[in-house]
Amino acid sequence: MSILQVQNISISFGGLKAVTSFNLSLTQGELVGLIGPNGAGKTTVFNMLTGVYRPTDGDVYFESNSGETKNLIGLRPYQITKIGMSRTFQNIRLFKDLTVLDNVRVAFHFNVKYNSWDGIFRTLRYYREEDEITVKALELLKIFHIDHKSNELAKNLPYGEQRKLEIVRALATNPKLLLLDEPAAGMNPQETKDLMGLIEFVRSKFHLTILLIEHDMHLVMGICERVVVLDYGLTIAEGTPAEISSNPKVIKAYLGEEVEVHA
Amino acid sequence: MIIMNKRVLTFFKIAGLILLGLLIGDALIYAGIIDEYTAQILTLAGINVIIALSLNLISGFTGQLALGHAGFMAIGAYATAYLVMHIHVPQHLWPVLVGISIIIGGIITAFFGMVIGFPTLRLKGDYLAIVTLAFAEIIRVLMINMEGITGGAAGLKGIPLYTEDINLGPVVSFTWIAVFMILIIFLIRNLIKSSPGRAIVAIREDEIAADSMGVNVFYYKMFSFTLSAFIAGIGGGLYSLFFGYLNPTMFNFMKSADFLVIVVLGGMGSIAGTVATGFILTYLQEFLRVLQDYRLVIYPLILIFIMLFKPTGLAGILEDIKTFISKKISAKAIRKTGEG
Amino acid sequence: MGFVQEFLQQLVNGFSLGFIYALIALGYTMVYGIAKLINFAHGDILMVGAYGGFFVLIALLVTPGSFILSFVIAMLICALLGMFIERTCYKPLRSAPRINALITAIGVSFFLENVARVIKPIGPNPKEFPVFPQKFNLLELDFLGVHINQTQIIIFLVSVFLMFTLNYIVNNTKMGKAMRAVSFDRGAAYLMGINVNRVISFTFAIGSALAAAAGILFASAYPQVEPLMGFMPGIKAFVAAVLGGIGSIPGAMVGGLILGIAETLSKGFISSKLADAIVFGILIIILVVKPSGIFGQNVSEKV
Ligand SMILES: Nc1ncnc2c1ncn2[C@@H]1O[C@H](COP(=O)(O)OP(=O)(O)OP(=O)(O)O)[C@@H](O)[C@H]1O
Ligand SMILES: [Mg+2]
Repeated sequence: MSILQVQNISISFGGLKAVTSFNLSLTQGELVGLIGPNGAGKTTVFNMLTGVYRPTDGDVYFESNSGETKNLIGLRPYQITKIGMSRTFQNIRLFKDLTVLDNVRVAFHFNVKYNSWDGIFRTLRYYREEDEITVKALELLKIFHIDHKSNELAKNLPYGEQRKLEIVRALATNPKLLLLDEPAAGMNPQETKDLMGLIEFVRSKFHLTILLIEHDMHLVMGICERVVVLDYGLTIAEGTPAEISSNPKVIKAYLGEEVEVHA
Repeated sequence: MIIMNKRVLTFFKIAGLILLGLLIGDALIYAGIIDEYTAQILTLAGINVIIALSLNLISGFTGQLALGHAGFMAIGAYATAYLVMHIHVPQHLWPVLVGISIIIGGIITAFFGMVIGFPTLRLKGDYLAIVTLAFAEIIRVLMINMEGITGGAAGLKGIPLYTEDINLGPVVSFTWIAVFMILIIFLIRNLIKSSPGRAIVAIREDEIAADSMGVNVFYYKMFSFTLSAFIAGIGGGLYSLFFGYLNPTMFNFMKSADFLVIVVLGGMGSIAGTVATGFILTYLQEFLRVLQDYRLVIYPLILIFIMLFKPTGLAGILEDIKTFISKKISAKAIRKTGEG
Repeated sequence: MGFVQEFLQQLVNGFSLGFIYALIALGYTMVYGIAKLINFAHGDILMVGAYGGFFVLIALLVTPGSFILSFVIAMLICALLGMFIERTCYKPLRSAPRINALITAIGVSFFLENVARVIKPIGPNPKEFPVFPQKFNLLELDFLGVHINQTQIIIFLVSVFLMFTLNYIVNNTKMGKAMRAVSFDRGAAYLMGINVNRVISFTFAIGSALAAAAGILFASAYPQVEPLMGFMPGIKAFVAAVLGGIGSIPGAMVGGLILGIAETLSKGFISSKLADAIVFGILIIILVVKPSGIFGQNVSEKV
């Protein structure tokens, strides 16, 4: 059963065709890798799926939280997040001057039912829901072992923990589909391994479907069930990790980068 | 339930303290211990604080620079003045009329805020700053030309004061403005510490990330800007009954800049900073000759230096001092345990 | 005077005002394109330029030679001032939140205005700007009952000359190429070895020099100088830049002309009191209908 159907989306910036006719279909519960050399267009695909960029062509069908399938083209990012797709950013975009806890609580915002008046007059509803989301936020932070830093400012966290906070924040929107853009960038091998364990954990705990961009080949090949390879905006290969690592086109695309493709 | 009770208790404690403070203030003014001139400055400072807070809401908390709050203040002031001058009520209903007129003045101002916010806040970029700047200038020109309502360049005379009773005058003005100021402080503080408030601050921090976390960025920018205009309009309304006279030159760009200086010096996004700086600057402005003469040269320098060297303003400096002291203390404690 | 003549006359006046706006708008748009900053102080640099010209002309009396010299000196002063402001006030804030740089810019604007008001030789009151004496009043055109005076002709000549020069610099010099690169993608330009700081400095210099020239032209048209004279033309030129598409050089030229014409026509045929409000209305309409302006492209922030 597919929850995401991407049909021929394209975009260009000035003269540069960043992504051309990208197609993708995701089945509920899958963990799919999106790889490719620098500048291949991976992040741009995320931006088109989440409404940050509007594709010049093509459609994106998504089975929303409520079960109905919607074309996402033309929707704003917040609308797409609301119906069950959430993401992290490659170049970390936390709310730097907010506490770790508040970073997560912002993401609960649209699921909160009390309104500004409740907030201003501090009604019972306000206290009840605030307590509720605080507890939930701390639970999520705990999964990633950063709950003890909940009162620190996000900008004061070390780099690796900032990446984790990005994931927690995305999880707090209660997504069906999670898009992770190089979540392990800048981490050492051990940290990366731990992070992958956590990602596996939340995937099964929250029944997530995950699309993952990652540069670390070992990692992608180890964790993903299926891999899509982009190069210069074009999909050059798609298949199981084993198929991908023996695909001559992929090897060629990566040649200059001296990345070992054998999983 | 125990937690709930504690919350109710703190509420009453705070409310009681504030009421007590207000009564003491009233008593001191009434008894003449705070002289009439000082009382007037305190009252004026209260108005400045209200408008500066409204500016802090949109610029400090939401991150959208607005440069025309004097224009909003003017709309509130003239609208309120018009209402209290044209509606006649029996003596005992006068305070009701005043209260309602001020609120309506705020609502009218909020409407203008919505009208200029709608085309501007949809866009990325810094259009709000220039649009509000131009808007305030246009409002000023319109005020000069709409003589029927505003009295034109000669000004609008004969606006009734909060009370005509000379002896009670300072106390009553002070109370009206203090009550509004306290209500507005709590309004903004509680809003910011709620979920919609966090959405607003998230927009300041990173618009794209906020959008991607499900925050309707345009909606909350509009909400914040409209509320900001509303509060600035209230400040204007309070001002008109305090002064009894309005003139378009009172609401020129220098006035908008005054509010900006209060917000920036106090610390953008700090309520306490704005309140403290509002009182300090209003007071200094009255008593410090240097500040009177060179205010217009000193204020812009404050803006520039704060932005270059301490963008968190006085609030940030206080915060630094606090962490410095607590570090000293904990260092001492560690040394002691080390010795023991 | 018939309606057609009146209309043509206003059109001529509009063009000459429009050329001044275009010169100012060029500075706005170039600085915005390259530093991504609304330089609120731009209008006040115009004021400084106008005073620069004023003092030269007072000292030397107005002759064609001193007139040209006044441009050279004022443009030089303002170019230096623009670079100085950028170095000291804007550069340190390049990686800070945008609102910080905006507040600094408004601080600089406010500072220039008020310093001008307090220092002795300038002072708060308007002063008459020296104009050519009768014997140098040589250029005048009359046709179809439309009068084009010498100042208007000078405005036309100076603006066109400066615009051609600018066009040449941007399109045919190495620095111009670097400017275009930085405006397109600062990060990439830096990686390609372009000295981004120098390009930004240069842009401020050029923009400020154009503002200085506009200042002298503006002052000769009225003929008057005063410390707040840059405020309104500054806002209007910004509107012109947005109308043309902020960041676009031809956009600033076209936008400036349209705005100048719109202003004189509304002054002449609708209401002189409301002319400013109409200009402001134009800004609102562009922001609603086509925020990217006539020549602007929709650029999306890289995420
Ligand atoms: N908003 C934008 N404006 C102009 N060009 C853009 C924009 N966004 C992306 N690009 C360009 O599109 C191309 C693809 O970029 P993208 O960020 O998607 O690459 P990527 O595959 O994520 O690379 P990396 O592995 O380095 O993150 C690049 O050449 C990039 O410069
Ligand atoms: Mg990327």
